[in-house]
Amino acid sequence: MEADDTACVFGEDIAFGGVFRATVGLQERFGQARVFNTPLTEQGIVGFGIGLAALGTTAIAEIQFADYIYPAFDQLVNEAAKMRYRSGGLFDCGGLTVPGLKVVMPSSPAEAKGLLLACIREPDPCVFFEPKMLYRTMVEEVPAGDYVLPLGVARTLAEGSDVTLVGWGAQVLVLQQAARAAAALSPPVSCEVLDLRTIMPWDVGAVTRSVNKTGRLIVSHEAPLTGHFGAEIAARVAERCFLRLEAPPMRVCGADTPFPLVYEPLYLPGVDRVLEAIRASVSY
Amino acid sequence: MLSSMTNRAPAQRAAVRTRGPQRAALRVCAVATTAKKDAAAAPAKGLITPEAAKEVYYDMVLGREFEEMCAQMYYRGKMFGFVHLYSGQEAVSSGVIKLLRPDDHVCSTYRDHVHALSKGVPAREIMAELFGKSTGCCRGQGGSMHIFSAKHGVLGGYAFIGEGIPIGVGAAFKSAYRRNVLGDESSDSVTVSFFGDGTCNVGQFYESLNMAALYKLPHIFVVENNKWAIGMSHGRATNPTLGDEDPYIYKKGPAFGMPGVHVDGMDVLKVREVAQEAIARARRGDGPTLIEAETYRFRGHSLADPDELRSKEEKAKYAARDPIPQLKDYMLANGLATEADIKEIHDKVMAEVEDSVKFADESPKPDKGQLLENVFADPRGFGIAPDGRYRYELPGFTTGTAQVS
Ligand SMILES: Cc1ncc(C[n+]2csc(CCOP(=O)(O)OP(=O)(O)O)c2C)c(N)n1
Ligand SMILES: [Mg+2]
Repeated sequence: MEADDTACVFGEDIAFGGVFRATVGLQERFGQARVFNTPLTEQGIVGFGIGLAALGTTAIAEIQFADYIYPAFDQLVNEAAKMRYRSGGLFDCGGLTVPGLKVVMPSSPAEAKGLLLACIREPDPCVFFEPKMLYRTMVEEVPAGDYVLPLGVARTLAEGSDVTLVGWGAQVLVLQQAARAAAALSPPVSCEVLDLRTIMPWDVGAVTRSVNKTGRLIVSHEAPLTGHFGAEIAARVAERCFLRLEAPPMRVCGADTPFPLVYEPLYLPGVDRVLEAIRASVSY
Repeated sequence: MLSSMTNRAPAQRAAVRTRGPQRAALRVCAVATTAKKDAAAAPAKGLITPEAAKEVYYDMVLGREFEEMCAQMYYRGKMFGFVHLYSGQEAVSSGVIKLLRPDDHVCSTYRDHVHALSKGVPAREIMAELFGKSTGCCRGQGGSMHIFSAKHGVLGGYAFIGEGIPIGVGAAFKSAYRRNVLGDESSDSVTVSFFGDGTCNVGQFYESLNMAALYKLPHIFVVENNKWAIGMSHGRATNPTLGDEDPYIYKKGPAFGMPGVHVDGMDVLKVREVAQEAIARARRGDGPTLIEAETYRFRGHSLADPDELRSKEEKAKYAARDPIPQLKDYMLANGLATEADIKEIHDKVMAEVEDSVKFADESPKPDKGQLLENVFADPRGFGIAPDGRYRYELPGFTTGTAQVS
């Protein structure tokens, strides 16, 4: 906001810092004109942001919880993602798998800062998902000052030779734990852990290079198994790495059910399930 | 929508026209406020029978004590996720819902426990639901923000703000349809949707006002204006209505062709009076009403909210208007109950609340297979594997890559 005097932040409750305290102190620093509460209106918030952005302003719109992005979906998918295309390039509003929208999910605080700043500067509309779990569980040194991390470039968290583990957001931590547990098996299994960082566009090159080396792929996400992004990655790897594969690409995902109240651990793709998939993959 | 439904029955079409002479007869310019006008005057004697007063009092005390117990149980880790308490707002729930019949419906929000209690869902079933137990009203699958009871006409708590409103309007349509299209003269059930001040800035609220008025439905919109939407005060989120210093939600009713009424939501007898009229209008077939009840929550937005934004003065002002002692004093002063009756009510409520916790605590957790039930109507092939076992029983379900479908 210091570097770009058109940048505005708005959303529900953000003036006092937001329910996750992500905007604490911003209003005191940059004033009410640039940091402001909106009424409760997700479709309105996103539409408003599109209008703002289309006229050359940097719009940073917060949706309080990822759940409430659905009421705004219409504006995101039908307007934000298609505005440049439809207007033949006259307008754009640089804020899922929708052509024209970038989707980013960080896996740590320092990553979050660099990726968010990259999204804000991006000419395309970006959807930035903050994993709620990390707000409560993760502490990390975050560099001061302005820096950006590239969108569409995966990060290798551990090098390995037997299995490639691919994830993003909070699930990356599960994969790291599973990789450590796999290294302790006998015989040990060496896992390469990739944090995709950006789901759209995703780093096909990094994933296929890794799978060409290891011959095995496990993708893991909290979203249900059927019809989610793991399927896209598995399909692409099957296509590009077919002759190098030692086992079918596998997915360790949430169950194909609504997110449950009581059996959350049963639903979630935890370390044990990932480890079991690693075993299944190496002994295929 | 109406015309396409009646294509097959032209003879009945006239009956469902939304622009019949009846409709013209209802004048909707009425915008009433009982909150300001007679705030000082005590409600007229004889407004309520001793039995009804005791019933309403019991319901409000039950709501309050149930929520106090919820807070205790939440802090003891017995509940999952967010829990939003209703304390302070009881006069709205009891004042409206205690006038409803079992076949009427209520749509609520994430702040739904007390609406369900008022509608007759047993405290046991709600507490068990909050504990995620199989004996809960939704078998432990809904939790605090999603209380449903088909038997008691609770059409659900909706965690997404505003989403219960059009659903309530749809439910009201069923009642009107039975009467107007299927010719069942006895069909006069109504639906009431409850929601907050902040929610009145969501588009679905306006879409629903229009639909309810357009189809002239037996639906009552009850805005529980507790002045705050998490950390946003009403006056800062909503522009004043034209010519006013403050925003008045009830004035939006006439803009859509229905009466709007403002009522002191801390006074259960006033709420009751206004609700009586709205319910009678709906049952007569004269369409919807928008009620704005001015109320206040005595706790933070949810049990996770430190409640630091509301001023002490404001909290004290509303605490002094607590609806429960208000009704008690009125009952005692007007000979509707004795001190002994009041004590008996409190004792019975405490016993009911204690019993609900005991019941919830002792109830079993749902079977694991429930994770896979109710996703599709037929669990075979999905929750149930070809060999008839639940898929969670298959090797690898919890530890590996076994699939649920
Ligand atoms: C679509 C949607 N957006 C945001 C939220 C988060 N949220 C939960 S309650 C709430 C405030 C609602 O305020 P109000 O309507 O006044 O009801 P109250 O909580 O005061 O009863 C918000 C923003 C939500 N539940 N649903
Ligand atoms: Mg409110």
